Amino acid sequence: MIEQVAVSGLLMGLIYALVAVGLSLTWGVLDIINFAHGEYLMLSMYTAFWLYTLFNMDPYVSLPLAALLIFVIGYLNYKIVIKKVIDAPGLTALLATFGLSLLFRNLAQFFWTPNIRFISNTIVTDKKIELGSVVLGMPQLVAAIGSIIMVFVIYHFITKTKIGKAIQATAQDKSTARLMGINTEKIYALTLAIAGAAAGIAGSFMSTFYPVYPESGMMYGLLGFVIVALGGFGNIMGALYGGIIIGLAEAFGAYFLGTQFKYAVVFLIYLVVIQFKPRGLFGW
Amino acid sequence: MVIIRDILRDQKKGIAALLVLIGLLPFIIQDNNFRHVMIMFVLFAALGQAWNIITGYAGQTSFGHAAFFGIGAYASTVLLWKFDVSPWIGMLVGGIIASLVACVVSYPCFKLSGHYFAIATLAIGEIMLQLFVSWEYVEGATGIMLPIKEKGLLNMQFHPANKLPYFYIIYLLFVLIVSIAYIIERSKMGFYLKAIRENPDAAMAIGIDTTKYKLYAMAVSAFLTAIVGSFYAQYVMYIDPFMVFALRISMQIVLLTVLGGLGNIFGPIIGSAILIFLSQYTRIILGGTGKGVDLILFGLLVVVMACYQPNGIVGLFRKFVTKRRREVGVHGTADVAG
Repeated sequence: MIEQVAVSGLLMGLIYALVAVGLSLTWGVLDIINFAHGEYLMLSMYTAFWLYTLFNMDPYVSLPLAALLIFVIGYLNYKIVIKKVIDAPGLTALLATFGLSLLFRNLAQFFWTPNIRFISNTIVTDKKIELGSVVLGMPQLVAAIGSIIMVFVIYHFITKTKIGKAIQATAQDKSTARLMGINTEKIYALTLAIAGAAAGIAGSFMSTFYPVYPESGMMYGLLGFVIVALGGFGNIMGALYGGIIIGLAEAFGAYFLGTQFKYAVVFLIYLVVIQFKPRGLFGW
Repeated sequence: MVIIRDILRDQKKGIAALLVLIGLLPFIIQDNNFRHVMIMFVLFAALGQAWNIITGYAGQTSFGHAAFFGIGAYASTVLLWKFDVSPWIGMLVGGIIASLVACVVSYPCFKLSGHYFAIATLAIGEIMLQLFVSWEYVEGATGIMLPIKEKGLLNMQFHPANKLPYFYIIYLLFVLIVSIAYIIERSKMGFYLKAIRENPDAAMAIGIDTTKYKLYAMAVSAFLTAIVGSFYAQYVMYIDPFMVFALRISMQIVLLTVLGGLGNIFGPIIGSAILIFLSQYTRIILGGTGKGVDLILFGLLVVVMACYQPNGIVGLFRKFVTKRRREVGVHGTADVAG
């Protein structure tokens, strides 16, 4: 039973990690808390749902479309809104992203009703793999493997490519980066777009086993904040480890204390860790 | 110096006039709907004002004020329900408990900077929610229906169709909270808090015990938030954890204060006026469709405001005032008004 709990927690944790990576990038590079990140996830899940319902496209097939769509939404969010608030004082940027999240969530409710929907018949639905006493749900397994691959792709992109290095430079020192000839405006827009794409991919994966409704991204956004702060802002590997820790904490909390306490355990772990590592486990 | 004194006097007059106006409106306009909206407006303005003390003045962003709001609501409710204690005493007890909880949980978090602190307060709020959901003594997720007692001021219960007494109770609390915020802003403590907000290291270097003053600010803020929570429970007569400990409540407080103007007495009042009237009346007019149109409008308003008026609505007013002053040739910086 313990193995089962650990494995389920790990799989969930890897998916959380992909959600958190985008948030962490936004946070580390633009220095804003993006409250709309959970809504990117929700929009991607709806994309998967509608493409499935209208054109009978499997969520795995529509995944690139969803990723692209949320990439564009992230980009436009920067160009239309975030750009104007990025240097504003105090909590203005937070106000803007919170407004965006309200807008997205209620537009979704306006157009698609608050009903809870499922994508009922994908190629992985109801499939399982049994390894001894451990049962792995196929949708979760595919989502977790896909997520960890994406996390490493993003990590590689940020650390190894030229654009990635420009993103890192902008995160560390905006004005120096600009002096070196980096177009920081472009970098900011690109960062938010990549964060959106990551959420888009995570959303597509999740739509195979998680209900789709206007608030389906909220809890993930919230857990994302905790994971990012636990791992340290702007640190991609931190988000991965943070995601795994939170996934396991949630699973074991639910197993030992009851499901109603699982999020309390998650938040408590953050509060305890932060006492010893005030800038997160892997913070700069 | 004379100019500074004039501005101070002006702001004092401005606040007084605004308070009198707010106090008279529900008395003149006898519509029950309107009175209910006024109650919610004053309630959230009071919450914003209390939150402003820790976040606006001291610069410590709290996303977890629903925790204190909920503690206040539950403290007075449980005392009335199980021990037959007057809500007035319950209010005090709730305030004190909230203060203590705030001190205990935020003390270890004060060493965290910026976003890390904000996320910690968010975590505290969510933990409170989870605890109350599973705490059987307070009926967990089922919530508590407040017992009907003899009507009157002592039990803070009146005929439900008579909103006026409820309004004047929350109005009184609101005036109290505004006065406390005003006094703190003008006192030495206010200057210490602003110094901490602007530059914590420099504040420490000139000898301000930053942790002590942040703790004071947090305790006062939590106390005031909790007493408003107690009133809320008395007003709606039913509470459950999802109503009073919700992140929604914390964020609404943040939103309306930032929208109005952070770190300013007028900020939460203006912000609450816009937010509450917009959401209540759009709900009355467009409500029942279940389409969330009120929140779409509200989200749009918030985004537009953030983009074009980053200092809140107070910032807009201040710009006008400065412009006018420059035109008439008075040399005064609007920033002195805080």
